[in-house]
Amino acid sequence: MSGLPGLYNYWIAVFLMMAGFYVVISQGNLVKKLVGLALFQTSVFILYISLGKVAGGSAPIFDAGVTVYSNPLPHVLILTAIVVGLATTAVGLALIVRIQEAYGSVEEEDIHAQDLIDDERETPTQAFGPEDDRQ
Amino acid sequence: MTLLDHLPVLVVLLPLFAAPLCVLIDRARPAWLLSLIASLLSLAAAITLLMQVSSSGAIRYQLGGWAAPWGIEYRIDLLGAYVLLIVSAIAPLVMVFALRSVEKEIPRQRIARFYAAMLLVFAGLAGITVTGDAFNLFVFLEISSLASYAVISMGSDRRALNAAFQYLVMGTIGATFILIGIGFLYMMTGTLNMIDLAERLPAVSETRTVRAGFAFLTVGIGLKLALFPLHLWLPNAYAYAPSAVTAFLAATATKVAVYALLRFLLEIFGVQFSLQAMPLDLILMVLGLAGIVSASLVAVFQQNVKRMLAYSSVAQIGYMMLGIGLASTTGVTAAILHVFNHALMKGALFLALGAVAYRIGSVTLRDFAGLGRRMPWTMAAIVIGGLSLIGVPPTVGFVSKWYLVLGTLEQGLWPVALLILLGSLLALIYVWRLVEAAYFGQPPSDAATLQEAPLSMLIPVWILVGANIYFGVYTEVSVGVASRAAIQLMGIEG
Repeated sequence: MSGLPGLYNYWIAVFLMMAGFYVVISQGNLVKKLVGLALFQTSVFILYISLGKVAGGSAPIFDAGVTVYSNPLPHVLILTAIVVGLATTAVGLALIVRIQEAYGSVEEEDIHAQDLIDDERETPTQAFGPEDDRQ
Repeated sequence: MTLLDHLPVLVVLLPLFAAPLCVLIDRARPAWLLSLIASLLSLAAAITLLMQVSSSGAIRYQLGGWAAPWGIEYRIDLLGAYVLLIVSAIAPLVMVFALRSVEKEIPRQRIARFYAAMLLVFAGLAGITVTGDAFNLFVFLEISSLASYAVISMGSDRRALNAAFQYLVMGTIGATFILIGIGFLYMMTGTLNMIDLAERLPAVSETRTVRAGFAFLTVGIGLKLALFPLHLWLPNAYAYAPSAVTAFLAATATKVAVYALLRFLLEIFGVQFSLQAMPLDLILMVLGLAGIVSASLVAVFQQNVKRMLAYSSVAQIGYMMLGIGLASTTGVTAAILHVFNHALMKGALFLALGAVAYRIGSVTLRDFAGLGRRMPWTMAAIVIGGLSLIGVPPTVGFVSKWYLVLGTLEQGLWPVALLILLGSLLALIYVWRLVEAAYFGQPPSDAATLQEAPLSMLIPVWILVGANIYFGVYTEVSVGVASRAAIQLMGIEG
C-alpha cells in the first residue's frame, strides 16, 4: 500500500478523470463535451475494476487448486455502470442531433447567442421541424 | 407468498413494464390510458405500503429470494414509504392533466414515447425510495435522470433542447460522483447493503477514503437536488420542459434527491459523522440560507412565470437543506415535512401554469394581464398555491415554515429565523407580481375568445390545491409521519 508504484492504478484513474472533466468544462463543442463526459465516466469504471483485484488472486472462475480469487463483484457492478454510461452517451448524442437541427450549430457559443436572441423575442422558436405532425 | 408480499417490487415493476408497452402500442390515447392505470396501481401499492410500514415497522424484501448480503434487498421504512407516497400520488394526477396538455405541446407521433419516458422517470424515482442497496440506488437514479433528460427535451421551445443537454452534462457528473462515493464506501467496507454499510462505517470513519467518499456523495447528490450553487441546470430545464413534465419533476425529482441525501447522511454515515464530525451542518445551513435569499431575489425579477417558480424551487430546497443543517429532530422533521408540502404546492402551481399555457400558449408575466377574470378557477388555484409558497396559514407552507422556525429558535439562531422570514417576504413579492398582473392588469382585446381550462386539467390542479389546505389544517398525518421518520433517522429510537 505504500508509495506511488503500488497505487499506480488510482493515479491512472485520477488522471483520466481529471482529463475528462477538463474536456467537459473547457470545450465549447457539444460532441467534444460528450466525449469528455464519457472519459470521465470510464475512469470510474477503471477505479472500480482495479479495486476488485486481490493480490495473488486468480480470475474468479472456479478451478481446483486455486484458493485465492479476485473479487468479481466490482466487475459485475461496472457492467451495469457501462450500460448506464452507454445510455447517457446515446441520449446525449441524440440531443446533439436535435440541437443541430434546431440551431444549425453544435458550438456552445452559437447556441448561447441564439438563445439570447430568443429570450428577447416574443414568440419562441419551435423545436420540432415541419416533418413533425403538430396539432 | 401472496401478491401483497411483493408490493415493494411491484411499485417499481408496474411503471417499468408499462413503459416498453407504451412504445409498442405507439398510439397516443391507449398509451396514456396505460400510464394512468400503471400509476394508479402504483399509488394503491404505495398507500398499502405506508400503512403496513406505519403499523408494523420497516419491510424487507429480498429480490429473487437471495438473502441480503448477496442479493439486492429492498427495504422500505417510514421515510421511504412517505416519499414513495408523494411520488406515486403526484404521478397519476400529472397523468390525468397530461392528456390535454401533451396533445397540444408535443407532436402526435411522439406522444406514446413521451408517456413511456414519463413512466421510466416514475419507475426510477419509486425505485430510489424502496431500495436498500447503495449501488441499486445509483442505477435507479440514472434510470430516472436519463428518462427526464428525454422528456425535458420534448418541450416545444428549442431552448428545451439546450436545457436538457446542460442538465445531462451536470446530472451525469453528479451521478458519476455518487458512483465514486459508493465505490469508496465499498472499498472500505466490502458491502453495498445500506444497513451493513451503516454498521461497518463507524469502525473505518477516521480514514481519508471514507471522508473522500462522503464528500463525493454529498456533492453528487447536491447536484441532483439542485443545492445552491449547484442549481444552474434547474431554471432552464423547468422553464422549457413540457408543462406536465415540469409539474412532475418539480414535485418529485428534487424531493427524491433530498430523500437520497437524508438516507446517505443520516442513516448510512450516521448523524455523528455527517453533522458533527464533518462540518456539513454548517455548510448545509449556509448554502441553504444563501439559496433561499439569492434564488428568491432572482425569482422576483423573472418575466417568465415558469422560470420564476423554478428559481423559487431552488429557494425552497434551501429550506429543506437548512432543516437538515440544524441537525436536530425538529429541523429534520421540518425538512421532511417540507419535502411533502413543497411537492403539493409546486405540483399545484406548475399544473395551474400548464393550464394557462394550454389556453394562452405563453407563461410570460405580460400575458397574465386580466387573467383573473378570464380563467377564474385556474388563477384562484395559483393564488392559493402562491399563498402556500409564502407560508400563510392555513396552508401547508405555513406548517413547514413553522417547524423550521421552531427548529432555529430551539437553538437560539434567531438571525436564521429572520432570514427565513425574509425569504417568505421575497416570496410574497414575486407571488404579488403575478396576482397584480392577473387581477389588476387590463386584458388584451382578444379577451372574449378565452375560456377557462378544461375540466381534465382543473380537477388535478384543485385536488392538489385542496391537499394544500387540507394538510395545512389537519396536520396529524403529514407531521406525524415526518416526525416519526425524523426520530428514526436521528437514531433516538434506535
